[in-house]
Amino acid sequence: MNAGEMSVGEQASVVRVTGDDAISCRLMEMGIVPATELELIGMAPWGDPLEFAIRGYRLSLRRAEAARIEIVAK
Amino acid sequence: MGERHMVQAARSGSIDTVTIALIGNPNTGKSTLFSALCGVHQHTGNYPGVTVERKTGDFRWGDRSIELIDLPGTYSLAPRSPDEMITVDVLLGRQKGTAPPRSVLCIVDASNLERNLYLVSQVLELGLPTVVALNMMDVAAARGITIDAGELARRLRIPVVPIQANRRRGLDDLKTALASGTRGLVEHSVPAFPAPFEQAVTELASRSAAISGQEPPRFLVQRLLLDTTVYLSESGMPGINGVLANDLQQARERLATAGCAVPGVEAISRYNWVGEVLKGVVSRSNESRVTASDRIDRLLTHRYYGTAFFVATMALMFQLVYLIAEPANGLLDAAKSWLASVVGGMLAEGPLRSLLVTGVIEGVGSVLVFLPQIFVLFFCIAVLEDCGYMARAAYLMDRLMFRIGLNGKSFIPLLSSFACAIPGIMATRVIENRRDRLVTMLVAPLMSCSARMPIYSLLIATFIPERVWLRVFGLRGLVWFAAYAVGSCTAIVVAMLLKRTLLRGDTPPFVMELPSYKYPEWRVVLLRMGQRGWEFVRRAGTLILAVSILVWAAAYYPHRESDIPGEWRARHAQIQAALDDASGLSETDRAAFSEELSHLDRQIQGEYLRRSWLGMAGRGLEPFVKPLGWDWRIGCAVVASFPAREVVVATLGVIYNLGTETSDQDEQLHAALRNATWEDSGKPVFGIPVALSLIVFFALCAQCGSTLVVMRRETGSWRWPIFTFTYMTSLAYFGAFLSYQIACWCGW
Repeated sequence: MNAGEMSVGEQASVVRVTGDDAISCRLMEMGIVPATELELIGMAPWGDPLEFAIRGYRLSLRRAEAARIEIVAK
Repeated sequence: MGERHMVQAARSGSIDTVTIALIGNPNTGKSTLFSALCGVHQHTGNYPGVTVERKTGDFRWGDRSIELIDLPGTYSLAPRSPDEMITVDVLLGRQKGTAPPRSVLCIVDASNLERNLYLVSQVLELGLPTVVALNMMDVAAARGITIDAGELARRLRIPVVPIQANRRRGLDDLKTALASGTRGLVEHSVPAFPAPFEQAVTELASRSAAISGQEPPRFLVQRLLLDTTVYLSESGMPGINGVLANDLQQARERLATAGCAVPGVEAISRYNWVGEVLKGVVSRSNESRVTASDRIDRLLTHRYYGTAFFVATMALMFQLVYLIAEPANGLLDAAKSWLASVVGGMLAEGPLRSLLVTGVIEGVGSVLVFLPQIFVLFFCIAVLEDCGYMARAAYLMDRLMFRIGLNGKSFIPLLSSFACAIPGIMATRVIENRRDRLVTMLVAPLMSCSARMPIYSLLIATFIPERVWLRVFGLRGLVWFAAYAVGSCTAIVVAMLLKRTLLRGDTPPFVMELPSYKYPEWRVVLLRMGQRGWEFVRRAGTLILAVSILVWAAAYYPHRESDIPGEWRARHAQIQAALDDASGLSETDRAAFSEELSHLDRQIQGEYLRRSWLGMAGRGLEPFVKPLGWDWRIGCAVVASFPAREVVVATLGVIYNLGTETSDQDEQLHAALRNATWEDSGKPVFGIPVALSLIVFFALCAQCGSTLVVMRRETGSWRWPIFTFTYMTSLAYFGAFLSYQIACWCGW
């Protein structure tokens, strides 16, 4: 399962970030590394981008970017 | 460590002036701290070849004078573009024209330490003395987060100073730490990377040293190994060549089999280190994870309420622009006319008076007249940025902007451009991706700004008959709407084309922090507004003045009296003499004479313009503008309005003998335009087709010197403003051509 498939209010733990391009690097720099906990807390009006809570702050990702984050639901 | 020696060796300058680099994540209050430390002693400029703003400031503390370099806010020191490379180059002392920093001031958000320490961990590896400013302690406290700053300092082995930049608390402690922290080097705690990785870096560094003869900074070698986006290996860095690229590939393969594959190994190692450092340093008292900021956010990013709030905010912004800027514009305009009449009254008729009144005062005035709305827009944008709503606006609009190849951050700059493209272009600084930023800047002038209003208003009021359907849809309103729509639709098409051709590239990430909401800091807001406004006046003012003088000269010279028909001059002298000889003239005669005199004056003025270089150029231009339905006089007025498009209204007034004091409300100008005829055939020049072709031309053209100057400043070269002027003028020409031909064909 990936973070783009979560529903609002759902919590999950990161397994890994796939890919090694600039987008994946940026995701990891922002604190998305294995075992990080994240929660989907909202979506923009057209269902994209998504708003996540991670490491005590709020991060917005497009669905396509969130799909690079493999997760296990809690 | 190699880079330490390099940095030490590169240190120069007097002992008393110390250069310190200020770095931090976005939204940590870095600008607030910078302003709190340096006050108004700030200088801005550009780094050569990139679109990054170079900002420095200075302050004194004790016997030291400290120069602070404000580096752009960043989450990481991993350069993936020339803009990001600047930060690394400045820190390593490799940036030409910038003194190598003696130490680094790293500001972190106390309420968000984990992610902020990621950057700190990279800064520590540079080997420079570092001071951490722990900002927003109050926000952290309000969230029940307590931080043992002393323990954090012991673990990092560097000074950690709790501050509250917005309340100016802790600044003296910080300055003391900065002044003393530069005296000696400290062995920092740095994150431990897995042994195979460190070994690979060492090997690559010695390989590179063997090839190039000098050892590159270890930090850069490490970055090179980690950079899977090939930016660094292709950036022409010293010591990088084909042999090394091969080594790099092999090293990465070995690391992957050793279980620490790049690039993941970096983030994992650093966040592990952050976790260790913060263990026992940060404690959270309450477990309620929903903050006030979260509750506001649920509402403001809600599908319906959030969208409604967004639309209302934008509407309010424009209301403010017109509410405040319109009367202020009126005042400025009145001041301009008053000054022109005073100066005109003091000087005798001649080139000097004409230069001052029409060249200087009009030219500077055309820049200043837009200042009120530029300031109001800068104010609104600064408020939106400072309270945290700007990121939400980008979040809400991203889906929409993504369809035209841009991202949500382009929305506010483009929207602001409907009032004025200048603040719009300057607001594109929030867009990190260079290509997206350029596309946004290049299409911003297509939005119908308020300088187009006098032109639309004049042409619509004069030539578009009012018809109303279904009581609400008026023809004039429809044409107004069409004028705005032409610009916006063209902008969308141009943006899509640019993203597919000239500025093609991978979709940049929209990985964006949504900062907590807070009350705007008025000092910061006003300072930011003032700085940006002043920057505009300084940059645009001088060039616009120069261009205005050039256009004035073209419209004034050669100014040969012999060009004016003898009978006009004779009649003029005759009336003047009669008026001067006060006796024997009845009030009605006097009034009639005055009327005739001013009519003659206007005729003579018009004749001078027709025979000026500009007039001659206009005639030469006629074959080119005839397909648009224009006669040489319109061509002339359009050319003369190059520095500022709204000038076309005044120029049309002069050409049609109405004097310079022409406003678009002027009934005389309406009549003069309606009565204008082709000089050869005597047929009327203007009609609906010509009006439409002019409207379309001005909707699409780039006749605004200030915009081009600001674009030059923001992009760092003349290339993009020249490109913009060329593409917009071509579009305007063909748009005008099409609308004229179609309108004629339809028989309007």
